[in-house]
Amino acid sequence: MTELTRLSLAAARDGLNAKKFTATELTRAHVDAVEKARALNAYLKETPEKALAAAAESDARLAKGEARPLEGLPLGIKDLYCTNGVETTAASRILEGFKPHYESTVTSQLWRDGAVMLGKLNLDEFAMGSSNETSAYGPVVSPWRRKGSDAKIVPGGSSGGSAAAVAAHLCLAATATDTGGSIRQPAAFTGTVGIKPTYGRCSRWGIVAFASSLDQAGPIARDVRDTAIMLRSMAGFDPKDSTSVDRPVPDYEAAVGASVKGKKIGIPKEYRLDGMSQEIDALWMKGVEWLKAAGAEIVDISLPHTHHALPAYYIVAPAEASSNLARYDGVRYGLRKPGKDIVAMYENTRAAGFGAEVRRRIMIGAYVLSAGYYDAYYVRAQKIRTLIRRDFEAAFHAGVDAILTPATPSTAFGIGEKGSADPVEMYLNDVFTVTVNMAGLPGLVVPGGLASDGLPLGLQLIGRPFEEETLFSLGSAIEQAAPKIELPQDWWA
Amino acid sequence: MSVDQATVRRIAHLARVAVEDKEVEHLQGEINAILSFVEALSAVDVEGVEPMTSVLPMHLRMRQDEVTDGFIAADVVANAPEREDSFFVVPKVVE
Repeated sequence: MTELTRLSLAAARDGLNAKKFTATELTRAHVDAVEKARALNAYLKETPEKALAAAAESDARLAKGEARPLEGLPLGIKDLYCTNGVETTAASRILEGFKPHYESTVTSQLWRDGAVMLGKLNLDEFAMGSSNETSAYGPVVSPWRRKGSDAKIVPGGSSGGSAAAVAAHLCLAATATDTGGSIRQPAAFTGTVGIKPTYGRCSRWGIVAFASSLDQAGPIARDVRDTAIMLRSMAGFDPKDSTSVDRPVPDYEAAVGASVKGKKIGIPKEYRLDGMSQEIDALWMKGVEWLKAAGAEIVDISLPHTHHALPAYYIVAPAEASSNLARYDGVRYGLRKPGKDIVAMYENTRAAGFGAEVRRRIMIGAYVLSAGYYDAYYVRAQKIRTLIRRDFEAAFHAGVDAILTPATPSTAFGIGEKGSADPVEMYLNDVFTVTVNMAGLPGLVVPGGLASDGLPLGLQLIGRPFEEETLFSLGSAIEQAAPKIELPQDWWA
Repeated sequence: MSVDQATVRRIAHLARVAVEDKEVEHLQGEINAILSFVEALSAVDVEGVEPMTSVLPMHLRMRQDEVTDGFIAADVVANAPEREDSFFVVPKVVE
């Protein structure tokens, strides 16, 4: 690990502009770090030649004084984003060898702004999972370890490769996606910062679809400022996504460090779960104290339908997934397994190409959408979703600017420790994060400190629609007040 | 509600996923675990509540009815496991 990989994204940007080092040097340092960290399995594909070619172009622009907002900054890209000419697998066997002939809107905006791609990051298969263990290409190992143990820990999921790569200094920042917590839970597990923006803020075009009414793109980075810088380039209107919202993208970085005096912060009593660990509760209360000290006003609120969010999510998300994943038919791209007729070809292809979790979810989805069950399951879940959104609307209507909650019910767990007997055990990881997707709201996770097992814990801030700036201001207030987290040393290199 | 083994086979076919006989019992257990997890929703009072159709208030945009794309047949079939010229090749479906 060199000095250059220790820089924040903002510091690297400023260093390049001040000509303290070149984009080629910065990229080379990251390419080397990525090569030495293969034991973490964070990158599914490394693209060093592409990275160095982009860095050379950035150096030419920097020399001419024509630097773009992310000029020469090396990033990792979750392998759910289609990248022109670079294999895109969604961590599934069914897309093995798939090389898109187009670029996702979000990544094309990053390249428009001068960023450098280091490679494609591992994830749970089709972003379905909370530990990165459902990847067809093996789990990601977190750079974190429990105090006094060298047992392998999960980085969370589904953006496990993104979170691990950011925490291990294998990129300055990474793209991620969040359908039920897939940006925020891995950020919490790895002591990094992640934001799921408001639904419609980032284009979904060219991102492999999981559950279209819940999916949002967003960044993971090492601090709040870097996350804000990334989001500014990722966000924006795209006519190719019919749910993309046409409104200007603010300068999110300007909100970092802004005063939070007088902001009203809601504390929802329903997020205090039975049997919740004392440490999680204590961290939450520390978050309250930090925001109070920064001048925010704290109010107790109620979001009465909270405990229905997770079961309703496990109807809505599989239903949408079963529709979205119908496209993997062995005809247009990816894997094909022959059969005696076309239906047998579909069934064999999909049996061979999908892993156990994906198969489970598309079967549940097919069931809850099937004749006779559609009203009892799917329509009912969508009604409950309306109730969940109303809870938040009532709180915001009463003047609440943002809501503070824990990010996860525990610290990261060991690889193989959860969900092998009962899939629901794994689903419970998302209990604090799914509500935000169900209501389409923005959610930011920032590190709050270390638990007694030596692993990081995060706090979640939930905002009003399109008020990401408020979250960046509040997040940076917590960041200033919380104990500094030392990211792990490179035991893997 | 819970599913029996015949239903597991039926939904596997609906989802177009081949399932081996020895997998059915295991799948049945997993699916029933998920269905019992979501069972609590049946007790929620949803009388008069509209099902959500759009997570944020937005209307579907219209655009000019004009050709904006095309002539990329080679790109479209480039990733097909089996193709002939600019056609996808599938097993025979019509005798």
